[in-house]
Amino acid sequence: MAFAIKVNGTTHSVDVDGDTPLLWVLRDVLGMTGTKFGCGKALCGACTVHVDGEPTRSCITPVDSIGTSTITTIEAIGATPAGAKIQKAWLDREVPQCGYCQSGQIMSASALLASNPHPTDSDINDAMSGNICRCGTYVRIREAIKQAAQSSGQGG
Amino acid sequence: MILDHRTSRAAASARSSSGNHLSRRTLLQAGAAASGGLMLSLSLPFANRDAEAAGADGFVPNAFIRIEGDGQIVLTMPYVEMGQGNYTSIPMLIAEELEVDLKQVRLEHAPPNEKLYGNPLLGGIQVTGNSNAVRASWQPLRQAGAIARTMLVSAAAKRWNVDPASCRAQSGQVLHAPTGRNIKYGELAAAAARMPVPEHVALKRPQDFKLIGTPAKRLDTPAKVNGTAVYGIDVQLPGMKIATLAQSPVFGGRVKSVDDAAAKAVKGVRQIVRLDDAVAVVADHMGAAKKGLAALVIEWDGGPHAKLNTDDIAGALEKATLNSGPVAQNIGDTDRAVASAVTKVEATYQVPFLAHATMEPMNCTVHVRKDGCEVWVGSQVIARVQAAAAKAAGLPLDKVVAHNHLIGGGFGRRLEIDGVIRAVEIAKHVDGPVKVVWTREEDIQHDMYRPYFFDRFSAGLDAKGTPVAWNHRYAGSSVIARWAPPFFNNGLDPDTTEGAINLVYALPNMHVEYLRVEPPGIPTAFWRSVGPSHSVFVVESFMDELAAAAKQDAVAYRRALLDKAPRAKAVLELAAQKAGWGQPLPARVGRGVSIQHVFATYMAQVAEVEVGKDGAVRIRRVVCAVDCGTVVNPDTVQAQIQSAIVFGITAALHGEVTLKNGRVQQSNFDTYQMLRMNEAPAIEVHIVRSFEPPGGMGECGTSCVVPAVANAIFAATGKRLRKMPVDATALKQPA
Repeated sequence: MAFAIKVNGTTHSVDVDGDTPLLWVLRDVLGMTGTKFGCGKALCGACTVHVDGEPTRSCITPVDSIGTSTITTIEAIGATPAGAKIQKAWLDREVPQCGYCQSGQIMSASALLASNPHPTDSDINDAMSGNICRCGTYVRIREAIKQAAQSSGQGG
Repeated sequence: MILDHRTSRAAASARSSSGNHLSRRTLLQAGAAASGGLMLSLSLPFANRDAEAAGADGFVPNAFIRIEGDGQIVLTMPYVEMGQGNYTSIPMLIAEELEVDLKQVRLEHAPPNEKLYGNPLLGGIQVTGNSNAVRASWQPLRQAGAIARTMLVSAAAKRWNVDPASCRAQSGQVLHAPTGRNIKYGELAAAAARMPVPEHVALKRPQDFKLIGTPAKRLDTPAKVNGTAVYGIDVQLPGMKIATLAQSPVFGGRVKSVDDAAAKAVKGVRQIVRLDDAVAVVADHMGAAKKGLAALVIEWDGGPHAKLNTDDIAGALEKATLNSGPVAQNIGDTDRAVASAVTKVEATYQVPFLAHATMEPMNCTVHVRKDGCEVWVGSQVIARVQAAAAKAAGLPLDKVVAHNHLIGGGFGRRLEIDGVIRAVEIAKHVDGPVKVVWTREEDIQHDMYRPYFFDRFSAGLDAKGTPVAWNHRYAGSSVIARWAPPFFNNGLDPDTTEGAINLVYALPNMHVEYLRVEPPGIPTAFWRSVGPSHSVFVVESFMDELAAAAKQDAVAYRRALLDKAPRAKAVLELAAQKAGWGQPLPARVGRGVSIQHVFATYMAQVAEVEVGKDGAVRIRRVVCAVDCGTVVNPDTVQAQIQSAIVFGITAALHGEVTLKNGRVQQSNFDTYQMLRMNEAPAIEVHIVRSFEPPGGMGECGTSCVVPAVANAIFAATGKRLRKMPVDATALKQPA
């Protein structure tokens, strides 16, 4: 059946089974490939998007569970204050290597910063340990989140 | 691993002694580009010995530099960006000598063509691997930049009718100081193409470098933070279908029967493709393809390996080491030295099969037509992709077009073309383009794995504890023998022996033997840090055992053996000092050290490890000192070491692929675990300033950290781990 889902401010109608994971609707039906496939079981975080601002693993989120919730993906996270700060910090700190997991990392980090402007190391561990980076950019991810948090402080 | 030690050593000596004139072998031609600018074609040294033998008539360029009319400089080279930063480091080399801003230089993927783009240090194979993109480019690209600069200056001098010596290049322009005139490179490019190619050019002295050695922003970063970077898996084509697949769970098995009725009933499933040893579901989207795959009922015939277990393989390797094998290195007479030794030490070690687990699962998009085939993939070996696709499609090479993409993690996995062959086999049955995406489970269970090795050591120490004899014999797969057969000679290959021979230590009597034993029923492949991923672990673990047997400090013991290796000694001392070696630590916390000289880079690491009462190991801190010769982009060096250390710790703590009844037992990140943020240690990187030619950087941190961790665990607990990964149950504190 057809579902109407609101992604980055635009409503799309998609004709797929209701149990189709949101990840594949985004990537294969809507052609928004910034959100990545890593494991299909919510084990790696590469597919993280925001559903009503909450970081959500799109690979296990059936499209029929979305309802009227609003979805934000990496393509639009820069339009949020926290997302913009995180992206800038990622650039300043040269975080990405292969870059494949970084959409998910940025989505998790943006959600963290939006809800907790000054996360501690322990907060960062809690929010980010679900996101695997095979290139091992963890040291820089941590630094970048702290930098973004500092800019939060300065910017009020 | 350096595939041709003889020629690469010659290259190294040529680099260090004759930086100011063109090597006879660095063939270069200059002329007009099709676009009207200046085109330099160069033949990177040792890329193609046939071409060299043919002399100037046989000149076969393998890298191209275009200076366009708008001043843009475009490099076409065979390397791919995998996250290692070479798309920034390589342009820095030419920008330095050409006197242009880094922003003016763009690096493009070379199309597949092994004759043109073969990697010089890898025997002419078009490949990005072995940590050598910067090493291979270091001299020729700087020379090419200097030549282009000289020709641009000559063109300007001619236009102004002045002495070229009165002109200089700066910021993409030629300046004539006496008259204050200047012309941009773009305006000179066409005229420069008609100037003679200088036979001698002076390269900058290292102390005059403006770009090399300074941190440069990576050019690929912006697209990787806003979701626009296009990896192979992101390819989209009109009418494209998505397929996923199940391959025989036992390597070498076949499909016995398939019931696909339920799969075909899934909305969005278009087609089931049955191959001899795999079944694919073709659908409108991956969600439907995966649902269809789950609905398939497949009966497999496991074939000859259906009863194979890892223990069978390990047992065969252990048995093989009871007999002697080809001698990889012999110094002195170890038999005689052992006989006179005061203390004898023996140990055996084992390292497991490891999967690559790149974050981007294996995928390949193919469109097979009657008269041609197109392939879209991210590959470290794009020419092999083209050849493999042609063979699988039954088409001549020139009917196959292969498009390369960003790689979501290589680590050696994308040096293989099994996924390309599989995708073509499926695409032959599909009308239109099809993107074949492996599930994570398929990716882990049908990887090609870092080989299992079994090692046997014995050593003799004199009365002072100094090693007088070192015997090492090991057995395992030779990836080289399959992947680059010409380099497997007399039972030896330059990969498995790197890090096991030519040690930094002064050992008066040393004997190393390697036995190639190919495991049945499981394919092997290169894995980040390749041979040294095994050899450095065993060598540095055993050296630690010798220090313990001699009742000496692990750093002091090694240091005493490094009088003839000053660069090794320097990194060891630096790492030890920065790590606070010798300072007291709490109970069950220990420091371990390791040192290596592989990929032409010297490195030492000190790991600080805490072992819980339950045996759980936490790496608190890793201090790394590195001498990788001249540093091109220090930020990339630091990033690569941070990355490689996490990669190595992941393997040390979690990495193990096992077979039971021929099937890989691990399947996803729950059973094949990756290091995560909460486990990641603090990492400090200290770079030794050096003007030596650059060494490799992408891999060496991985091999170095594993023994440092194991040695730290020994320091913390007194327990020597001789088999990877770490067995936490063996480290439990006795009640």
